[in-house]
Amino acid sequence: MRVRICATAAEAVADVADGATVLIGGFGMAGMPVQLIDALIEQGAGDLTVVSNNAGNGDAGLAALLAKGRVRKVICSFPRQQDSWVFDGLYRAGKVELELVPQGNLAERMRAAGAGIGAFFCPTGVGTPLAEGKETREIDGRTYVLEYPIRGDVALVGAHRADRMGNVVYRKTARNFGPVMATAATTTIVQVAEVVETGELDPEAIVTPSIYVDRIVTG
Amino acid sequence: MSRDQALSKDEMAALVAKDIAPGSFVNLGIGQPTLVADFLPEGSGVVLHTENGMLNMGPAATEGEVDPDLINAGKIPVTELPGASYFHHADSFAMMRGGHLDVCVLGAFQVSATGDLANWHTGAPGAIPAVGGAMDLAIGAKSVFVMMGLFAKDGTPKLVLDCTYPLTGVGCVDRVYTDVATFDITSDGVVVTDTFGISYDELTDRLEVPLVRG
Repeated sequence: MRVRICATAAEAVADVADGATVLIGGFGMAGMPVQLIDALIEQGAGDLTVVSNNAGNGDAGLAALLAKGRVRKVICSFPRQQDSWVFDGLYRAGKVELELVPQGNLAERMRAAGAGIGAFFCPTGVGTPLAEGKETREIDGRTYVLEYPIRGDVALVGAHRADRMGNVVYRKTARNFGPVMATAATTTIVQVAEVVETGELDPEAIVTPSIYVDRIVTG
Repeated sequence: MSRDQALSKDEMAALVAKDIAPGSFVNLGIGQPTLVADFLPEGSGVVLHTENGMLNMGPAATEGEVDPDLINAGKIPVTELPGASYFHHADSFAMMRGGHLDVCVLGAFQVSATGDLANWHTGAPGAIPAVGGAMDLAIGAKSVFVMMGLFAKDGTPKLVLDCTYPLTGVGCVDRVYTDVATFDITSDGVVVTDTFGISYDELTDRLEVPLVRG
């Protein structure tokens, strides 16, 4: 289906349902789709499962979504930061569930979802509390843990530029989870600084091809 | 180079830097390991990897250079060197897991005699667990170096028979750099390769781990 260029972030997230799994890009604030998160807060969907590397910084963005009580579960690698007081408070009060996933597994589980892989054996976490209860297998003398894909209903991705076809490029380390999340969700919504005419992006340099992108909004 | 004084953090970092072969691809963990970058000799050709998606990372950005889109794994603004490249998280961690990274340098709460590493979680009640890329790094790089003080503030050793903190990785540490000694974790045991301000006998007294004199 052709990409829709949305006039506003509100339009882009209008149909996010209660109970949805939402993949939110960004590492710290780099690549964080702040306008899309703000629009999701306005939109009001709740009971969400949020998949993101961190669990919010300060009081804005993902932290604000958490503070509104819209998130049932966070799947992330690094919730504890100097300015993660919103998550910290909710977690200690038992008001949000946490699934802690090693950072590489978080990325690879979404990559697997986007690539149609049913599950994969991974060496990360073997013998640690994060592999407890998971199936393991020895392959060529090394032990691996079975890891399952993480699929999103919606991905919210922050990127640099898109063309009107929906091809997307990123900027520096703000790329982080964006390209992987874009492949792993039913509906991928990308916030960019600028939409350019089709043909203006170098086809050799496209990072997320248009097939993965459903909606674009300028932030 | 045994000497009669413990090493400072900078001296430890310099020691680690000396052991990194020219041209290596290296990931320096958050905190103390970051100091190693300052002691890599000019022209070493060492390429720094940051797991949030970059190779050939440069030094921390100075005031006029700060770009919010260019940060390291500790979320500190950094710079890029000529020949830098950017990639997404799945590629970045494939570089580790796939055995392409030559060395990673990590901090630790504890290292065991068989090279188990504990560096992500104290397990204390009320502590919020956060792992980041520690487990991927621990099992991924070809060589895993640990930098830590040998003794905790209360004097208990951090090189132990078995880790009491939750593990990051099993049998993954190759070499341990501490303020008072360096150790190689080998299949023949823990080999003391150098001492600083402590005698070999005092070391064997204070550690439960059986040691081999290097």
